[in-house]
Amino acid sequence: MSDHGTLTEPPVAADEARNRRRPNRSLFDEPRPGRRGVLLPPLDVPPADPAALFGAVHRPEVRGEVEASEVDVVRHFTRLSQLNFAIDTALYSLGSCTMKHNPRLNEETARIAGFADTHPYAPESLSQGNLEVMWRLEEALKVLTGFARVTLQPSAGANGELASALMIRAAHAARGNPRRHILVPDSAHGTNPASAHFAGYEVIEIHSSPRGTVDLAELDAKLDGDVAALMITVPNTLGVFEDEILEIARRVHAKGAYLYLDGANFNAFVGKAKPADMGVDVMHMNLHKTFSTPHGGGGPGAGPVGVVPALVPFLPVPTVERRDDRFVLDHDRPQSIGKMRTFYGNFGVLVRALTYVLSYGRSIPEVAESAVLNANYLRKRLSPFYHLKYTEPSYHEVVFDDKLQTAAGIHNIDIAKRLMDYGFHPPTMSFPLIVSGALMIEPTETEPREELDAFADALIAIAKECLERPDLVKTAPHTTPVTRLDEAALAREASRPGSFAPVLRAPVG
Amino acid sequence: MRYIPHSPEEQAALLSAVGVRSVDELFATVPKEVLLREPPDLPPPASEIEVRRAMGEMASRNANLSEWTSLLGGGLYAHHTPAFVPQLLSRGEFLTAYTPYQPEVSQGTLTAIWEFQSHVAILTEMDVANASMYEGASAFVEAVLMAERLTKKRSKVVVSKGIHPEYRRCLRTYLANFPFTIVEVPVGEGGATDAAALAKAVDDTTFAVAVQSPNVLGVVESWRTAADAAHANGALAVGVVNEMFSLALLKGPGAEGIDIAAGEAASFGVPPSFGGPLVGFLACRDAMKRQIPGRLVGRTTDANGKTAFCLTLSTREQHIRREKATSNICTNQGLFALAATMTISILGKQGLRETALQCLSKAEYLKAGVRAIPGPFSVAFSGRTFNEFAIRCGPAVEEVLHRCEEKKILGGIPMKRLAPGEAGWDDLLLVAVTERTPRAGLDGFLDVLRSF
Repeated sequence: MSDHGTLTEPPVAADEARNRRRPNRSLFDEPRPGRRGVLLPPLDVPPADPAALFGAVHRPEVRGEVEASEVDVVRHFTRLSQLNFAIDTALYSLGSCTMKHNPRLNEETARIAGFADTHPYAPESLSQGNLEVMWRLEEALKVLTGFARVTLQPSAGANGELASALMIRAAHAARGNPRRHILVPDSAHGTNPASAHFAGYEVIEIHSSPRGTVDLAELDAKLDGDVAALMITVPNTLGVFEDEILEIARRVHAKGAYLYLDGANFNAFVGKAKPADMGVDVMHMNLHKTFSTPHGGGGPGAGPVGVVPALVPFLPVPTVERRDDRFVLDHDRPQSIGKMRTFYGNFGVLVRALTYVLSYGRSIPEVAESAVLNANYLRKRLSPFYHLKYTEPSYHEVVFDDKLQTAAGIHNIDIAKRLMDYGFHPPTMSFPLIVSGALMIEPTETEPREELDAFADALIAIAKECLERPDLVKTAPHTTPVTRLDEAALAREASRPGSFAPVLRAPVG
Repeated sequence: MRYIPHSPEEQAALLSAVGVRSVDELFATVPKEVLLREPPDLPPPASEIEVRRAMGEMASRNANLSEWTSLLGGGLYAHHTPAFVPQLLSRGEFLTAYTPYQPEVSQGTLTAIWEFQSHVAILTEMDVANASMYEGASAFVEAVLMAERLTKKRSKVVVSKGIHPEYRRCLRTYLANFPFTIVEVPVGEGGATDAAALAKAVDDTTFAVAVQSPNVLGVVESWRTAADAAHANGALAVGVVNEMFSLALLKGPGAEGIDIAAGEAASFGVPPSFGGPLVGFLACRDAMKRQIPGRLVGRTTDANGKTAFCLTLSTREQHIRREKATSNICTNQGLFALAATMTISILGKQGLRETALQCLSKAEYLKAGVRAIPGPFSVAFSGRTFNEFAIRCGPAVEEVLHRCEEKKILGGIPMKRLAPGEAGWDDLLLVAVTERTPRAGLDGFLDVLRSF
């Protein structure tokens, strides 16, 4: 800090001052009647009369809408951005979400007008560049996964899971029996059972082995001719590689079922091994995880799905095909499950992912290598201070828990909240469900050593605080724009009949 | 590689700290049979200069709407995006954050989502809107599934053929394994849903009646007619909107009896980007909020009385309820819900209406121009429209579009492409305008029609 006599407060004080002057408010809280932020060009055709055209359904005014100038909105949204934690701020340890650096070249290419300002119903002959982007990304994902085809259509990971479950069902149905069950391990992401359910399947949970992996005996006990598929995650949500994957695949296939892989953790082995070689039949990938497209505060992502030849006929329409030197959309696929969404997918996300793949090229295994190295480094540094229920080798993430801290009355949520005071985003909490008090940490490959050390130092300091100053931890965070919220009270208020405004939206008038 | 920060020395130090001699040791539990010995068959790593050039080359082979006059719509309308929107959207604090699970460090995203919910609720005149959906078609499907959960033990959904064909295709895809029947009702002579056929199709087994306005032919539907048909049989009415600017001039579905509104909000500041990512929305009545799919943000105060926003009612969601959740959806469409919020905010009450009036006026001008041509073209339907309408073509639609292309005009969408096999639509050309479409472009299109 500066030792200039008059400058007694560090620069952060300016932020504090702004916080006090402009508390957390929405644009609706500060009405500015009559202000405007845009000017349209003069109308170059005769004005229409909406009242005359629409009669009784004409709406003379959008009551309750915001009125603001450009400077009002720029300051408002700049201020909002400053209330967010982001990867650009510091290590974002949210396990399973793969919060890696988002290269800015990807943003630049996605914003090229020749991509961003193109319409999905433009003729194919005037969309050749777009179709080539899709074709090249599919080819690259085929190389990395070993699958016969990849659909780029699903909007997100969960949407890819649903597309996969629908294809599995269609394939079984085509052979005369759609079957009734899908097996899901108890360590799976919550979207797995939900997606299976929305494809019309009954979910049967299989318990993990004491090692945290799929228990082969448990699998055998539940695997019968009515099972359509097993949905597994590799490495699983504990960050443990299913080292019996080949045997699992063999047993699943012996019963005529499909092996589905939740590819949320593909970043742990991309370029090191191909899922198709492991016996996987169908797999979704999260481009916003392994392929670094930004999470955007909760989307958009993209969830492409790779399949073995047996499932190719069931892919969503259209597919992109290369015919001679032209790229075309193929809608004529009679066994297709149909469409998961409008148009062809989150194209802007696909542009970013292809940019990333071209940047890495054949050096992409470094992603997995560095991700696994960083996670193991944190495991090494934190193991003396936090309990590790499953001790199998870690891949891209490591799941500690709060067992050593609960004696002091401190739970994982307290540790997570206190970590914010040290300038880091907390780990994923209370997931997977098989680890009580879980703290799931995924540093990703893009964190430098000093950041890993600072993060480990913070968690180690908190472990000491848990013993020496437990109240400080239990009441954390102390330095964030708002303090810990009573989420249960909010949920009760939000559920109350008639409470919609101002709880869930701004009131009108 | 340039996105991995470790120098070779640092990597060696980390390996040694971990207690392994090589990277390979970290992958020891991957079965040997599948561990790759060679790097993947991809090109060598490439610099920014090389990758930017390769991507730019591909982009140059597309028709770019800033260089062409475009009459393309069909559920995706290329409006002007105010300059500040992409600028602020690029801030890393928005771009590189994730779902705001931790409200203390996510008030920016949470406040913006609450504002998005407010804008959608205000525009649709519904009570409650969620934090956004992937895009319009899946939002529509979620609305239909929500109606089924709310009515219980009913098996039929009645859907107007005025709903975008890709939305209907998605509905069939998602509902394929549920014991529900989808009954499709045709549009009548004026281009709006055939009211008599609709009333006839609805019965006491129906859980939802769904219409879109303006519909896929551009025609403004009567929300009230659909709502009355639904309510007379104890069903719920689902209303689809995919041109949100229409709501600046037309009564919202919530004011006209619709129970659940869903659709596409990409008209507000989302680049068309070859059809994605977009931003779907879903809104409903207060009494139904516990069955709403996806994320929802609520407003509260912290221990010091400061206003704070937070994800709420999450017991509906998959990470808690697993297979019993209201939907399998996990994320929302954060960044583009934010883009929409920014765009609506700067347009404001006046800008929304003025933009909508320009769209309406330009469409009416184009319509009058088509009607004035003595040749083989006519406005296909008599129903009122907003910014899109169908032209019945004497000559082959392909030939019309071909002549348009020669003038650097994207002359609309052949209905044959949008709704293959739909009887009576094969000779229709769907044209749409926005405030970006200059009169000269409209006149150029009319000149092409006059050339036949």
